[in-house]
Amino acid sequence: MKPKHQRLTLALLALAAIVGATLLAMSALRDQASYFYTPGDAIRDHVEPGRAVRLGGMVAGGSIRRAADGVTIDFVVTDGKQSVPVRFKGIVPDLFKENSGVVAEGAFDAGGTFVADTILAKHDERYMPPQIAGEMHKSESLKK
Amino acid sequence: MHIFANPARFLAIARPLTPWLGWGGALLVAVAAVSGLFLTPPDYLQGDSVRIMYIHVPSAWLGMAGWTGIAAASLFQLVWRHPLAAVAGQAIAVPGALFSAICLVTGSIWGRPTWGTWWQWDGRLTSMLVLFFLYLGYIALARASDDRTGANPIAAIFGLVGAINIPIIHYSVLWWRTLHQGQSITLSGSTIDASILWPLPIALLGFTMVFGAIVLMRMRTILARNKIEARLKRMAEA
Repeated sequence: MKPKHQRLTLALLALAAIVGATLLAMSALRDQASYFYTPGDAIRDHVEPGRAVRLGGMVAGGSIRRAADGVTIDFVVTDGKQSVPVRFKGIVPDLFKENSGVVAEGAFDAGGTFVADTILAKHDERYMPPQIAGEMHKSESLKK
Repeated sequence: MHIFANPARFLAIARPLTPWLGWGGALLVAVAAVSGLFLTPPDYLQGDSVRIMYIHVPSAWLGMAGWTGIAAASLFQLVWRHPLAAVAGQAIAVPGALFSAICLVTGSIWGRPTWGTWWQWDGRLTSMLVLFFLYLGYIALARASDDRTGANPIAAIFGLVGAINIPIIHYSVLWWRTLHQGQSITLSGSTIDASILWPLPIALLGFTMVFGAIVLMRMRTILARNKIEARLKRMAEA
């Protein structure tokens, strides 16, 4: 074996070991490294009231209620199966709307309502001009 | 591959190639900037802030492609003892770090109006920040070499090991729930409408050519510097 081949074998073996170790670490991190709980996770894991967590999902259609004081809003975050009521006092980002992604930071209260102190809007990977979005909306509403 | 092992032959190719890459790339970047700022429609949800894509995506690509280049150069340096490999690694590191920084800054500026935050520690953002720090570490290690030619094997090992972060960045949005949206462009197509997408490949090609020109210029500079160092050393010994 020429020294060149020895070095190549050594480098490839070391690389394989590092990749293996990292994949193991990543799969172990899978749950911890997630940025937010979905409503389903939060209910399954019994996230205790008062613990600071992030809750993410879609804002349920027709669920946004604005309180009379003008700054408190109530809405429902859903993952399609489970949903959680959320209350937030403050200014929401422009992209916060019904049937759109949201990540809320806060904690559950004793009654099971998620009291958020920060609201972040999460958008998806689709980008399109307003005309097309309007037509899609029209065709989707016609189907209903 | 060994055809290019000779620095003199490399210089004969790199010298005329540099202006073509640099000016050609700059022209494409200008075309993409005008198209992206004035000709494409705004996004239905994000409005005009979607236009940050035309610089954010190419800089993310170059940040990741740069480290892939460093990893390949490191392998050539360690296994084949290629005389240009360490030079290439050093030359890539600085523009790689620069474009990673541009990616982080433009992403932050994009995140404020869309997500409502400058920064969050989600999987994609954090792994990209780690890439930026890896570049800084590589630059420091490559400069810390004793023999002044920068052919530091420790830097090469660091370059190879750091490459593990590249697939982590890429798959972070698939493995973990993140604030950053998923992939728009995959092998099966794009979820970006064609009317918004078309300047992006022009910007990608343009920035990549500029990156290539910077790398070639830096490689020539490092080679010239090594030559001076060697000559000074010889003169000091004589």
